[in-house]
Amino acid sequence: MTTTPARRDRARRSPLLTALTALMLIYSLVPLVWLFVNSTKTQASLLDSFGLWFSGDFSLLTNIRDTLTYDDGVFVRWLGNTLLYVVIGAGGATALATLGGYALAKFDFPGKRGVFATVIGAVAVPGTALAVPTFLMFAKLGLTNTPWAVIIPSLISPFGLYLMWTYAAQAIPGELMEAARVDGAGELRTFLRVCVPLLAPGIVTVALFTMVATWNNYFLPLIMLKDPDWYPLTLGLNAWNDQAATAGGEPIFHLVITGSLLTILPLLAAFLFLQRYWQSGLTAGGVKD
Amino acid sequence: MTALAPPTIGRGRPVRARRGRSWTGWAFVGPFMAVFAFVFLAPIAYAIWLSLFRTRLIGGTSFVGLENYRQVFTDPKFWEATGRVSLFLAVQVPVMLFLALLVALAIDSGRLYGRAFFRVTVFMPYAVPAVVATLMWGFMYGNRFGLVGNLNEAFGLSLPDPLSPDLMLASIGNIVTWEFVGYNMLIFYSALQTIPRSLYEAAEIDGAGQLHVIRSIKLPAIRGALLIATIFSIIGSFQLFNEPNILQSLAPNVITTYYTPNMYAYSLSFSGQQYDYSATVAIVMGVLTMIVAYAVQLRANRKERRS
Repeated sequence: MTTTPARRDRARRSPLLTALTALMLIYSLVPLVWLFVNSTKTQASLLDSFGLWFSGDFSLLTNIRDTLTYDDGVFVRWLGNTLLYVVIGAGGATALATLGGYALAKFDFPGKRGVFATVIGAVAVPGTALAVPTFLMFAKLGLTNTPWAVIIPSLISPFGLYLMWTYAAQAIPGELMEAARVDGAGELRTFLRVCVPLLAPGIVTVALFTMVATWNNYFLPLIMLKDPDWYPLTLGLNAWNDQAATAGGEPIFHLVITGSLLTILPLLAAFLFLQRYWQSGLTAGGVKD
Repeated sequence: MTALAPPTIGRGRPVRARRGRSWTGWAFVGPFMAVFAFVFLAPIAYAIWLSLFRTRLIGGTSFVGLENYRQVFTDPKFWEATGRVSLFLAVQVPVMLFLALLVALAIDSGRLYGRAFFRVTVFMPYAVPAVVATLMWGFMYGNRFGLVGNLNEAFGLSLPDPLSPDLMLASIGNIVTWEFVGYNMLIFYSALQTIPRSLYEAAEIDGAGQLHVIRSIKLPAIRGALLIATIFSIIGSFQLFNEPNILQSLAPNVITTYYTPNMYAYSLSFSGQQYDYSATVAIVMGVLTMIVAYAVQLRANRKERRS
């Protein structure tokens, strides 16, 4: 990770161990390879060729074009919805978790123990068990079938709060805050100018994990949304997949597969490019020497 | 991940101790708590309220006290679903966590060629939505243009159908393992990275072998991470929904509307309109999950005290 002591680099490399661990690597990769290979096939050659090798014309680009234009470009609409839910939902969740985690780590305030107990308790409440009651409540409030029904519940990430809390506790030296205050900076200014830069790796980590959670959300939109115009990508893909099963429905598995590929690429890219940040955010400066 | 060692309250206290308590902290934690109350506490309270009523076609809604709870406890569908996820929990979680631990130890040992590549690639499936993961595996499981069908044809095998009643739960277990093994690996790996290197040097001087180092230094040091991963996995198993729900269209006769407790609560609400009873099922399942998670934690703590 960030600091790899020299001794460990000198450790003997083992081909046997590498080969054994490579089995896990293959297991992780096979479905992704399958997805890529099959997104290059037409609906017809999907059905009559070997799954793990290319066959027929290389129609990846045609498939992408068809995915984006099918049914008046509904896929693009779903992509836009997903982005909306991710930007507001995950962005808001990250902001709330950062503020809250900072408060828990760096301030002593009345009711702090209560906050601690409630949030830790909440981590143990199964999210999906909460979803049906949330739906019932939102239905009463007239919020279902609107984007808010998906966004508002996404704003809370108890795990994100927990992560920011532990991160802030060790990333911000108390003396630094004290110094800023002595210099006459207000609380908000101290937070924004002094603390946020120190918290950056933690914030990126929480942002990535809440982003994945929102991007990949299925159960919540499934119960909250009826109108396909508000669907995120996950619901839309499943609807396309089910289309073949309905009477008179046109099977469009090649679009389901290409659409799936397009759905996962942005997240894989984000994780790859931001590796340095989220990995150091996770180890949270824990590498002692 | 130091995140996995329980944080102690008031680690930042030295700053504020001189000034005593103040309400400033609430300005920062307030927004979180307000939304939290709206999306966590209010629905729970509302569900409890609903669970005390019952709506009948004739006679409307009436207060029934604990009648709904009595009904859940004698509902064979609920118990069949709970039994199924318990079996899933007992088999899938240990397999997944064990694999994750092996990979984490292998990467941490520094003996792999290309360990950064391993770390990122094994983690990758976590970024794949459950919907896409299930669709992919569902396609591969299929006899028609799936890998299973391909293999049968190419080698004249007769592999059993992964979507048959006997194998369905194992097939779902495989999907869930694929999705989360990397995530758990990363939790373990992050915890392993926080172990002071000097401990290994000391062990090396004492002539301890790798296995000995793993048993007496590494595993005890990542106890907290193991516990957190176990509890998250328990919660995840009990709320199993996405994978069976999506596979349902491939195998409608195998996956019933009450395949898991969550699917049962869902279908009660959305096909049955039995909101009161659905809320009761959700509450009972939530309480059961918390009891099991709590029991695991207690057991782990007791073990720690003994050792």
